[in-house]
Amino acid sequence: MSLNTPHIDWFGLSPVLTLIGASFFALLCAVLVPRALRRVASASISVVGFAAGIVLAVWLYVDSANGHTIAAGAFYRDRWTALGQIILCAVGLATTLLAVEHLPGWGRDADPGRRDDHVSEFFALLLASAAGMAFFVGAANLMVLFLSLEWFSIALYVMCAIDYDLEGSLEAGLKYLVVGSFGAATLLFGSALVYGATGKISFSGIATAIGSEGVTSDAFVVTGIALIVAGLGFKMSAAPFHMWTPDVYEGAPTTVTAWMSSATKVAALLLTFRLMTTAFPHNQHLWGWAFAIIATISLAIGNFAALVQRNVKRILAYSAIAQAGFMLIGLSTGSPLGARALMYYLIPYSAAAFGSFAIVAARERELGVPVTLDNLAGFGWERPFLGVAMWFFVFGFAGLPLGGGFVGKFYVFAAAYDHGWVWLVIVGVLATLVSLYYYLAIVRAMYMRPGAELQLHPDAGVAVTGGAPARESLLHVAVGAAFVVSFGSLFAVEPLIDLAQHAASTLPF
Amino acid sequence: MSASGLTSILIWLPIAGAFGIWLLPLSRYATGSLALLLSLAEVGFWIEQATRFDFSRSGLQMSEQANWFGDLGVSYHVGVYGFSVWLVGLTVVVMAACIGYGFWVGRDRTRAYFGLMLLLTGATVGVFESQDLLLFYAFFEAMLIPLYVLIGVWGGARRMEATIKFVIYTMAGSLIMLAAIVSYGLKAGTFDLVDGPTSASRWLFLGFMLAFVIKAPLFPFHGWLPDAYREAPPEVAAVLSGVIAKAGLYGMLRIAITKFPDPTSFYRTTVLALAAAALVYGSLLAFRAPDFRGVVAYSSLAQSGLIALGLFAGTDLGFDGAVLQMVAHGLVSASLFLLAGVVERRTTTGEFRLLGGMARGRPALATLLMTVGVISLAVPGSSMFAGEFLILAGVFQRAWFWAVIGAAGILLAAMYMLRLISAVLHEARGSTVTDEALDLRPGELALIVPLVGVLLALSVWPAGISHHSFTPDSPTAAVRTGFK
Repeated sequence: MSLNTPHIDWFGLSPVLTLIGASFFALLCAVLVPRALRRVASASISVVGFAAGIVLAVWLYVDSANGHTIAAGAFYRDRWTALGQIILCAVGLATTLLAVEHLPGWGRDADPGRRDDHVSEFFALLLASAAGMAFFVGAANLMVLFLSLEWFSIALYVMCAIDYDLEGSLEAGLKYLVVGSFGAATLLFGSALVYGATGKISFSGIATAIGSEGVTSDAFVVTGIALIVAGLGFKMSAAPFHMWTPDVYEGAPTTVTAWMSSATKVAALLLTFRLMTTAFPHNQHLWGWAFAIIATISLAIGNFAALVQRNVKRILAYSAIAQAGFMLIGLSTGSPLGARALMYYLIPYSAAAFGSFAIVAARERELGVPVTLDNLAGFGWERPFLGVAMWFFVFGFAGLPLGGGFVGKFYVFAAAYDHGWVWLVIVGVLATLVSLYYYLAIVRAMYMRPGAELQLHPDAGVAVTGGAPARESLLHVAVGAAFVVSFGSLFAVEPLIDLAQHAASTLPF
Repeated sequence: MSASGLTSILIWLPIAGAFGIWLLPLSRYATGSLALLLSLAEVGFWIEQATRFDFSRSGLQMSEQANWFGDLGVSYHVGVYGFSVWLVGLTVVVMAACIGYGFWVGRDRTRAYFGLMLLLTGATVGVFESQDLLLFYAFFEAMLIPLYVLIGVWGGARRMEATIKFVIYTMAGSLIMLAAIVSYGLKAGTFDLVDGPTSASRWLFLGFMLAFVIKAPLFPFHGWLPDAYREAPPEVAAVLSGVIAKAGLYGMLRIAITKFPDPTSFYRTTVLALAAAALVYGSLLAFRAPDFRGVVAYSSLAQSGLIALGLFAGTDLGFDGAVLQMVAHGLVSASLFLLAGVVERRTTTGEFRLLGGMARGRPALATLLMTVGVISLAVPGSSMFAGEFLILAGVFQRAWFWAVIGAAGILLAAMYMLRLISAVLHEARGSTVTDEALDLRPGELALIVPLVGVLLALSVWPAGISHHSFTPDSPTAAVRTGFK
């Protein structure tokens, strides 16, 4: 008996392999490197891993003008994958910079015997989850889709709970595990039904089978699509599959939240767009409407629930749900314009989402307590750079012309209008209006509260930094980079749209 | 420097200055000086622009176009028409005076303050110069951001309510406009204002108009106005009523009327009725207002109504008068708000029952307030008189009763302005007016006298604006052809 192994295009997989390799090296640091150097060593490996990932993904982007599948039709080597990987690796790089100074727990409890005990594992998990996501965005069949989803999810479950001295972190990890597993199971069940109806697992094969066998409205296919949509909805934290989001975002260490809120969403939305347009083009009327309705619910729930929050991480969590709604507007059209809109929107969004949580992390460390609108008072004047950056990020979320968020909103509205869905434009506009209130509340808290209202913890800064103000140069670099991306994307629209257009050109429209 | 470069410089110089001020660790004094210098440079550049502008030629001039994102037909397209030159001029002159005022009173958090004022300057000039709908929208929104912070940080005690109301009101209008822009632009295949076709869609017209009537504002969309004008620092209130409100009216002229001729005539009576209501109702409220700023705030509502009357009259005289009146009223209300600030600084209040008798021993204050007040109540020979006369004549050609309502509004204007003058300057001395309340200092004179000087110059030669806004066409013909 001879076993036929398929030809593997190793270069096409190189970003994923680099990240997973870096993850192994970071893990080795936990045992081989002395405690004093562990943080520096594993962070350096992480930086190198992500930087190499970016370089390889850029190379692949340039070199993959004609998109095709590799590894026996299991993985897409095309620009959609490559651009997604570039965004993911960039966010990962920024998260690494943030994590060096803001790794949870070990700094705070200041027990020298345990300090930096698990720092290498954190970077290993970060790299592993990034590798999973980089694999996920290129998935070309349902098997790879499910495996890579579990791959990065398991890493994320552990990352949420990694601050195991804190009840909130453990709770977040558990909650994410339970709800996430439920979502994954839903996805798996849906995949099984689709496979049962079509006998195919590759995306393009499913489309061909549905088209040729005329099973467009077959009950298995329809139910399968519904379950897949629901399962992916959990990952992109779209309502009504969002219940875990505020709790997990709040409880998880803020560094992890920053990573999750931008990277997971990038991966989930890009994969979903590809899956839907490639595997189910014949059912566009079904999933188009489904996502339009999910977008509407997300916009409503995200925005209205955010209005009453005081905890800034929860506000940003609900804002993330609402932002998923905006991106789903682009997704639901399933058109080339929608693809461009989604891809463009993700770039300033992921920068702003990461940056805003990074700033919350800085404030959290300063205060030693969860950041609320009340103890954010005066922050903008004390830390001018972080204040201005936060100002730009939330106004960018709100679609004011201080960043690419403005153009992104314009694009998704244009996509919806182009699709003939004026009602969805109106929904988006009204949602933006509601969202202004809580985005402005953050700016108001930072700048417009009198100093007397400021409730600073007298001891908080001392334990961490020995009394001196925190020196957070790496955090500033990360936030600065996010600021440049978010603000610069307002001006460099044309080049970014060109990138997105090339990326979308391999999708079957 | 090329003539078209001037257009972009006027937008980007202050914005670059704002970022420079935020980044450079300058001292308080240096920051203020730099901001003032930049705002004066803006005035200089504008004078250069107005000198080079060929008023005998129709169509867009000094235009610049660059690709922004081509797949949807959006470009960075700026340029000026005759009337936009005057509105840009109004902006830079008023902003220079207001930045000077902020410097004079020594606003705290200097770098943030002056940076925002410069950002506001650039955004407002951008509104008047952009010839692409999305660019226009971006600047229209960008005006809101510095205003929000300026009122929210440096405003009065009830600034929180004021800012929230202001932002929610104006954003509600703008976002509806964004939906209208998306719809208009995708249907037309371009977002260019010069090339874009006219549209007959009433919904789109209403979408645009909603944003403009809120910004202007017209009755009944003025709910944000009294709070914002009272709680803002005086120089910001001066910008709000002198310049920002004009952006709404400019939008009506440049977009709503020009791009939607059929809906304009369909809704003409409705808009005229709203404008007339704003005029009369605003004047009555101004007459009843218990404080200096209240009178000026409501009189701005009334004047917006009057200008809208002129615009929607749809006649040559109406358009000419509206542009003249925008500039004249912008200067008047900016001067009045600065004077209100001057009075409040000396007496800690703007309430009439605590003021009075300030004329005695303060000749400069009395002279300036009298002069501005008399111009503002449209005494024959003043620039406001010229504007109002043109508007009334223009709207009379539409129907006589609009002119009657307009004339009644002007009568009311005389009543509230005289009440304001006598309550502040004359009558018995108010309890807060002490001997220590000095006359205007040289610094304050240097800010307000130029504004009044420009007003007097306009009074001498109102045709400088009214005959140099739409030439050589008749205004209605220019509007009909979309200013091509």
